[in-house]
Amino acid sequence: MTDDYEHYEAVVVGAGPGGAAAAAVLARNDVETLVLERGVDAGSKNVSGGLIYAEESAPYTVDGLFPDFREQASERPVTDYYLHNVAGDKVKTFDITDLHEHDTAWSDTVLRRKMDSWMAKRVHEMTAETGGGLLTDVRVNGLLRDNGEIVGVTCDELDPITADVVIAADGVNSELARDAGLMDWEEPEEWFQGVKAVIDVPEDVIAERFDVDDDEGVAHLFSGDLFEDVRGGGFLYTNEDSLSIGTVFHLDSLVAEQAEPHELLDSLLTHPLLADWLEGHYDEVEYSAKLVPDSKKVANPSPHRGRLLTVGDAAGQMQAQGPIIKGMNHAVSAGALAGEAFAEAQLRDNTERAGALYERKLKDEGVMGKLRPTGYRVASALGERGPVTSLADSVLTSGVGRLGVKLTGGLLERLYSSPRLSMMVPDTQTPYVTLPTVIAEELGERVDGEADFEPKDLASRIGDLTYDTDVGNPHIELQDTSMEASGAAVYACPVSAEDFGGGCYRAEEVKTNGSEEKRVSLDTQPCVECGTCAVVADTDWEHPRGGKGVEFEQG
Amino acid sequence: MRSVVLTKGVPDFREGQVSFDEDGHLERGATPTVMNPNDEFALQAALQTKVKHGGDVSVMSMGPPGYENVLEEAMSVYADDLYLLSDREMAAADTWSTSITLSAGIEKIDEEPDLVIAGFKTADGETGQTGPQTAWCLDRPIVTHVISMEIDEEEETLRAKRLVEGDVDEIETVEAPLPAFVVTDPEFSPSYRRAEHRLRHKRLKAETTERVENYEDHLTTWSAEGLDLDPDFIGLDGSPTIVSGVDPIPKAPSEREATMVDPDDAEAMNDVLETMQPLAGGD
Ligand SMILES: Cc1cc2nc3c(=O)[nH]c(=O)nc-3n(C[C@H](O)[C@H](O)[C@H](O)COP(=O)(O)OP(=O)(O)OC[C@H]3O[C@@H](n4cnc5c(N)ncnc54)[C@H](O)[C@@H]3O)c2cc1C
Ligand SMILES: Cc1cc2nc3c(=O)[nH]c(=O)nc-3n(C[C@H](O)[C@H](O)[C@H](O)COP(=O)(O)OP(=O)(O)OC[C@H]3O[C@@H](n4cnc5c(N)ncnc54)[C@H](O)[C@@H]3O)c2cc1C
Ligand code: SF4
Repeated sequence: MTDDYEHYEAVVVGAGPGGAAAAAVLARNDVETLVLERGVDAGSKNVSGGLIYAEESAPYTVDGLFPDFREQASERPVTDYYLHNVAGDKVKTFDITDLHEHDTAWSDTVLRRKMDSWMAKRVHEMTAETGGGLLTDVRVNGLLRDNGEIVGVTCDELDPITADVVIAADGVNSELARDAGLMDWEEPEEWFQGVKAVIDVPEDVIAERFDVDDDEGVAHLFSGDLFEDVRGGGFLYTNEDSLSIGTVFHLDSLVAEQAEPHELLDSLLTHPLLADWLEGHYDEVEYSAKLVPDSKKVANPSPHRGRLLTVGDAAGQMQAQGPIIKGMNHAVSAGALAGEAFAEAQLRDNTERAGALYERKLKDEGVMGKLRPTGYRVASALGERGPVTSLADSVLTSGVGRLGVKLTGGLLERLYSSPRLSMMVPDTQTPYVTLPTVIAEELGERVDGEADFEPKDLASRIGDLTYDTDVGNPHIELQDTSMEASGAAVYACPVSAEDFGGGCYRAEEVKTNGSEEKRVSLDTQPCVECGTCAVVADTDWEHPRGGKGVEFEQG
Repeated sequence: MRSVVLTKGVPDFREGQVSFDEDGHLERGATPTVMNPNDEFALQAALQTKVKHGGDVSVMSMGPPGYENVLEEAMSVYADDLYLLSDREMAAADTWSTSITLSAGIEKIDEEPDLVIAGFKTADGETGQTGPQTAWCLDRPIVTHVISMEIDEEEETLRAKRLVEGDVDEIETVEAPLPAFVVTDPEFSPSYRRAEHRLRHKRLKAETTERVENYEDHLTTWSAEGLDLDPDFIGLDGSPTIVSGVDPIPKAPSEREATMVDPDDAEAMNDVLETMQPLAGGD
């Protein structure tokens, strides 16, 4: 049955960092490689906060695979790293550059459209040499099976394709990982939601306000009560001539607090701490959002099935190391290891072995150890008695109480800078909200300053985005319109809000048999494809067809 | 598989580009000339043929030397080489002498093309006659209103879907032996369901983007003499069409006499009906 189909030795799905790395290594090993990307351009669908790391201990780094990456695809190296503990207008700032530099060869800010499309050009050149290449505007919609075995992929735009290996680098809402049963989209606890705004600021203003030269950049992290009780934090990174400002929250916490993601972003944008930085230069050019997996919970230790290997976000390989977010670097490592594993297996004439080899490499190269640190598992098993919580709790509840915070301020700063401890930060409110708030209250100084702008409202944020709507062919279908099943999306969807009619999700009063009832309705037109409602609502969720849907210019 | 695509330059009718004088006549000097928008579909059909079956795509136009830019635009979509048929003797041609000139041009090309492809109607002349007449001059079977097509190299046939407009639009599938003449419909859409074809398409697009930088190197210009055409049969002299005058379409008056009628006022409504009755017959 599959004899008539086109065949490639390797098919890579997705041209983010994971897919690009996999394809680069495959091509280097003369494996005939076809890369399929659903966006009109690589990067047009992708969002990150924007700090890519090259770890000293990593088996692969992005500049190792793509020479000139730093000169041509990234923005600025990050030379300073601060964590701001916030309580109202009181702020205590820790310099955690040490944590940032731990195991770091270098780390640059990036914008994904520029980064991914640059890599995709190289990938196309390399893979074309092998008889393959990279195609955009193609969405893979499932796995091709023969007698139950995975033998290739099916696409919206192309006839089925068979392959000796399929590397799924299709990101956080991997349809292929789900199809293969390697990932489900059920538990909000397993995910974060990231939301970001890119603000255009002239280069000289960045230099002056952030005290950086051309080849320097800075990262600012925010935690404490500026997001009320929602667990998570904010970030601000300097690009060449723009700022990436955003938030990353635990999805279960967003749902529990019925928080509106865009409002949380607004409270960061308008915090007094940012007033001086943004004064006269609030020129928001793009609003975006995306789910982020929490590797501690979802990194699959055995991310393969038959000929399918999953890498990067598709395999849950996104590490939140305390405040530091490392997804892109691990996607690069994993993608490259998957490519390497297949090339080796092929050399030994035993391509069936690729998955097992890949799994072993992830472990041997220390990637899995970072994604699922033993310390965290122990800490969770002990029920919150991890070192961070213990210390925090003792500080907060002991007789010394808040005075302890004053006395241990220096210690706390060191604690936050500890790479080992920061891996084990539990997901409770203590480290994200309570502790930073107390730190700021006790140790912080008042910042005065007031934002001289109103953040853009949701309608204009949506209005400024580019969409190619697939009219009459919505990519998400609501299965259950009851508030219990799907009501959370009205809040948690980053382009919907309770009293906003122009978003994706709305709660509507519906009259049935004389009684009034609240029902959820969905319009996918403004969707930014973040994936949130795949988890928090009862939906049949797919990505739009190739080239359709939202197109990010910055990412 | 060799294709020749015919294209014509037309005034750029897009908002902000086109200018008219006080009497509503087009100011050709002030309006840039661009490739007839419908000819893009003809180029897409030729490109699809090249992607799937190899060969070359030549683009040909009859017009003044300024049409070089039109051919340049065509090459930015896709072309391997360009032909401009340009001569004072060819000027003021109607569709008939245009067709005679074009068919002489096509016959002069070294290799006989398997396909000649024209667009559907130009944005200015709008007759849609040039394609069919040229096919007649070349004595080829013609398939018009083509919205998709595939070629069977072994059978040497062309299988096309054509849009037949009528009370109900219908899609008809027809087959023609090669060599043939095709007129693409503005609904034409190429189809690439194989990755290898999309990869080749991507490569060909990159090549033509590079080639167009020096499009002059790929351009051949032929005069009437070069085509061995009798001046009596081309240009104005060869045109049976006589343009006796050009009348602007009268503009709708900006103000009209209007009487407000309250729909609830039975008597007034009756008057309206009575006034309209004589017009209801369609006279
Ligand atoms: C707000 C935010 C902040 C973040 N901050 C950071 C940070 O500072 N540092 C960091 O390292 N990481 C950060 N991350 C995480 C990081 O973005 C991801 O971990 C990383 O992008 C994962 O790379 P990937 O290659 O696995 O997937 P992606 O980059 O998501 O790429 C997947 C690709 O597959 C394509 N695709 C998906 N489905 C299909 C299909 N069916 N067919 C064809 N193509 C398909 C997509 O269009 C996309 O191009 C952040 C994420 C967010 C949302
Ligand atoms: C009433 C009238 C008066 C005219 N008066 C003049 C005049 O005074 N002076 C003058 O120069 N022209 C004049 N023309 C224009 C000229 O006759 C036509 O433009 C020309 O013959 C093509 O006809 P068309 O624009 O209707 O094209 P169509 O028949 O609608 O074009 C169909 C397709 O044929 C091909 N094609 C058409 N023309 C060319 C070409 N020149 N080269 C290559 N391919 C071509 C293209 O693929 C095009 O998409 C006049 C046209 C009309 C209708
Ligand atoms: S509709 Fe769903 S996927 Fe789209 S933006 Fe909203 S939550 Fe995200």
